[in-house]
Amino acid sequence: MVRFENVGLRYGLGPEILRDLSFQIPAHSFQFLTGPSGAGKTSLLRLLFLSHRPTRGLVNLFGHDVSQLGKDEIADLRKRIGIVLQDFRLLDHMTTYENVALPFRVMGRSESSYRKEVIDLLRWVGLGDRMDALPPILSGGEKQRAAIARAVISRPQLLLADEPTGSVDPTLGRRLLRLFIELNKSGTAVIIATHDIALMDQYEARRFVLHQGRLHVYE
Amino acid sequence: MSRTDQRGVLVDLGQERPPLPAKARNLSPIVPRASIHGRALVAVVAIMTFLASMTTGAVLLVSASAAEWQSDVASEITIQVRPQSGRDIERDTAAVTEAIRAQAGIVEVKPFTKEESGKLLEPWLGTGLSMDDLPVPRMIIARVQPGTSLDLGALRARVTQVAPSASVDDHRAWIERMRSMTNATVLAGIGILALVIVATIISVSFATRGAMAANRPIVEVLHFVGAGDRYIANHFLRHFLRLGLEGGVIGGGVAMLLFGFSESIAGWFSGTPVGDQFAALLGTFSLRPSGYVVLAVQAVLIGAITAVASRQTLFATLNDVD
Repeated sequence: MVRFENVGLRYGLGPEILRDLSFQIPAHSFQFLTGPSGAGKTSLLRLLFLSHRPTRGLVNLFGHDVSQLGKDEIADLRKRIGIVLQDFRLLDHMTTYENVALPFRVMGRSESSYRKEVIDLLRWVGLGDRMDALPPILSGGEKQRAAIARAVISRPQLLLADEPTGSVDPTLGRRLLRLFIELNKSGTAVIIATHDIALMDQYEARRFVLHQGRLHVYE
Repeated sequence: MSRTDQRGVLVDLGQERPPLPAKARNLSPIVPRASIHGRALVAVVAIMTFLASMTTGAVLLVSASAAEWQSDVASEITIQVRPQSGRDIERDTAAVTEAIRAQAGIVEVKPFTKEESGKLLEPWLGTGLSMDDLPVPRMIIARVQPGTSLDLGALRARVTQVAPSASVDDHRAWIERMRSMTNATVLAGIGILALVIVATIISVSFATRGAMAANRPIVEVLHFVGAGDRYIANHFLRHFLRLGLEGGVIGGGVAMLLFGFSESIAGWFSGTPVGDQFAALLGTFSLRPSGYVVLAVQAVLIGAITAVASRQTLFATLNDVD
């Protein structure tokens, strides 16, 4: 599903942040991405989400060489990817319900066709009573759960999560991990970038460790 | 079959679910309606539309008044009979009057008597002056039937035949000067209008750029959830079109109200020296219904120009945001 070959990334004329990355992410797989701060985890997630282009090497996503893709094709591919960013990126003028339903709205689906799915998921992540709240009045943990719900609502084929349990207590962290595992079992490939060793120890999965721009894969 | 059906719903980890609310939700717009940049854009468009409407309205007023003067003046000819030694001016005036009456296309002839001619000179010479001591020419005003092309050469020949000292003036030189002045005013108005529209486009482009910068997080999130540029641009375009029309309606509406109000003011002052001067210069200072239609169309047009200018800026900005 995802194939990287000798991929390098640098910002402007700066040093290479990522060097010679070569790996594959098969469909239905689950992996943790870890490494020290500044190792390039977020940059790698952005490469996977197509918001950065590699400086060198080949990135193949869902059978497409990303260097050959136009903006419209990238937008179409992104519909198959869910992403949870550290800063949540919720829209402040929309309620929690509307934020989570946004991918369906962009797909052009009617509100009545997705209402049940969105409400079910919001209740499942513990935001059933915060559906009509605006993000500025949500706590950090609530925002994180809303961002996760938005990323998984459309059952993406690939889910990328950057520190998804960083702002929640261990109980809710375990619960969110269960959500990712359930999603993975239903066919979504999952990549979770995290520093949380305890979280990684809860589930047997492949580990990608980034160190000084290079990637080490532990099966 | 939906993807949910294919994969099954997410497993609930053990919570009783209350029944779903049945009512549909009113969704917020993708682009928030009220924002500082939005209000600034409405204000810019409103001011520009107001200026454009005032320019257009003034041009329409001047051209309508000028057309009125021209038609008034063009439907009249003035014959001047000068006193000449050895000739009886009263007889010459009567002969010329008869000669003009006989001309086809003339509907009314009014010769000025000696007393009336004296009255015309009163503002310059004062009262109590004997006209017998002065060689005052006699005026004859003839009204031409509208739409008739008068044979001025034949009329001139006939008039000078009966009174060699008489001259015929069809005000052509004055009309030409008036036409040039009106054309210059209209051209200046169009020039100002063009400048206002260019200024509108530039201001709107900057306002759009500012609004897009303020809405950059929205654009980024929309990109994250898989929205293409076209989808995003359409939503922003709708937003800017609405703001443009809002500004257009406010600016155009205020200008129309002002023209309507000035008409009332002109009515209040009619009969006073100031009002009469104004009426002589600009008629009743009132826009015709077609003038109001022009202003309304212009307001909508400026709203549309706002949307088009925003669209150009939008796509340029979207290329930078990812």
